[in-house]
Amino acid sequence: MAAEEVKLLKTWSSRFGLRVVWALKLKGIQYDAIDEDLSNKSALLLQYNPVYKKVPVLVHNGKPISESLVILEYIDETWKQNPILPEDPLEKARERFWAKFNDEKLLPSIWGAFTKEGKEREEAIAAAVENLKFVEEELKGKKFFGGEKIGLADLAFGWLAYLICVFDEVTGFKIVDERYPLLLAWMQEFSQLPIAKDNCPPHDKLVIKYQALYEKLHPAK
Amino acid sequence: MAEEVVLLDFWPSPFGMRVRIALAEKGIQYEYKEEDLRNKSDLLLKMNPIHKKIPVLIHKGKPVCESLIQVQYIDEVWHGKSPLLPSDPYQRANARFWADFVDKKIYDLGRKIWTTKGEEQAAAKKEFIESLKLLEGELGDKTYFGGDNLGYVDVVLVPFYNWFYVYEKCGNFTIEEECPKLIAWAKRCLQKESVAKSLPDEEKVYGFVLQLKKAFGIE
Repeated sequence: MAAEEVKLLKTWSSRFGLRVVWALKLKGIQYDAIDEDLSNKSALLLQYNPVYKKVPVLVHNGKPISESLVILEYIDETWKQNPILPEDPLEKARERFWAKFNDEKLLPSIWGAFTKEGKEREEAIAAAVENLKFVEEELKGKKFFGGEKIGLADLAFGWLAYLICVFDEVTGFKIVDERYPLLLAWMQEFSQLPIAKDNCPPHDKLVIKYQALYEKLHPAK
Repeated sequence: MAEEVVLLDFWPSPFGMRVRIALAEKGIQYEYKEEDLRNKSDLLLKMNPIHKKIPVLIHKGKPVCESLIQVQYIDEVWHGKSPLLPSDPYQRANARFWADFVDKKIYDLGRKIWTTKGEEQAAAKKEFIESLKLLEGELGDKTYFGGDNLGYVDVVLVPFYNWFYVYEKCGNFTIEEECPKLIAWAKRCLQKESVAKSLPDEEKVYGFVLQLKKAFGIE
């Protein structure tokens, strides 16, 4: 078997980078992690992702792939063990739909609730409540979004399992509360998975980071 | 076996056009249902309760939403004819990257061009052209983004071609001047029946936009 060279450019806290780490760990793929300083982007990052200049970037045998969901599908198609997408096209479409829903709706609404103020914050919270309702509904009768095993959508939603508690602590406001028992149960299940347990950024370090960010965005008057 | 395929759509939607082109490329018979977006049908609300948007592809009674997901679904179900995504995983990733780029940039920037004025419009025009130039770079000397045949990125991008007229009229600029290779590519795509019959006339689209601007009080 030819020697595989897999590199992952990310940051220590990047939630999009982390979903790629989880996928690589799930499939048992050896890789070199390169943690970037986004205030001082490396020449390598600029070379490998000239369009967006962002992390994560997966580099497989010298060839770069950007955009986390694109990376996840590439990983799944290249390394067939422990698949994260089902064979059936309709089920695949469902996984993709929910991964996209996280990235385009849920995550931005919760992020808005964290970062915005006043009316914009109220609107973000209202959107988050609506989005969480849909997510809760989708989990009915399922252990994971992927069914018995995790899939693409679980990896996309995975940030909730370790980051929501950080936001709760920093803001003093619980956004995923007892209205969403299935989601809370899913967060528990997900965080207990070996890939998550061993590969999440340290809670305390995250609290420091997001506390600093929160104070910067919401200066005490 | 007769496959039941229904498409809930709205004639000027570039997202709907993507699905029309994909279905036509594969030679699939389907029922086209025009939606009135000011008065959405019960079927639309039932089949896409989360986003309540078109297009919705309904196959054997089951809905598939979001145009990029629909085009991939069509490519996977009817994989025997006119493949849209390449078979190599790296090339597939590349195609997905650029399709995602189109989604992130072209629609929103285009929308800003026809709904705003002054500095905001100028900034949108600049970024729009920059985005098209990046796409030109990706196209290179190929006939289509898919190579010798129409591929995923072609299907995803070409519906915006007949919206270019709208952007040009509202933004007072010429896209061909800045991106001649891309315009040449679009014209090649229009030679294909699947594309030609899926894209409405650009004057009709412009007329529709003028009505919208009037209705929303946009200058």
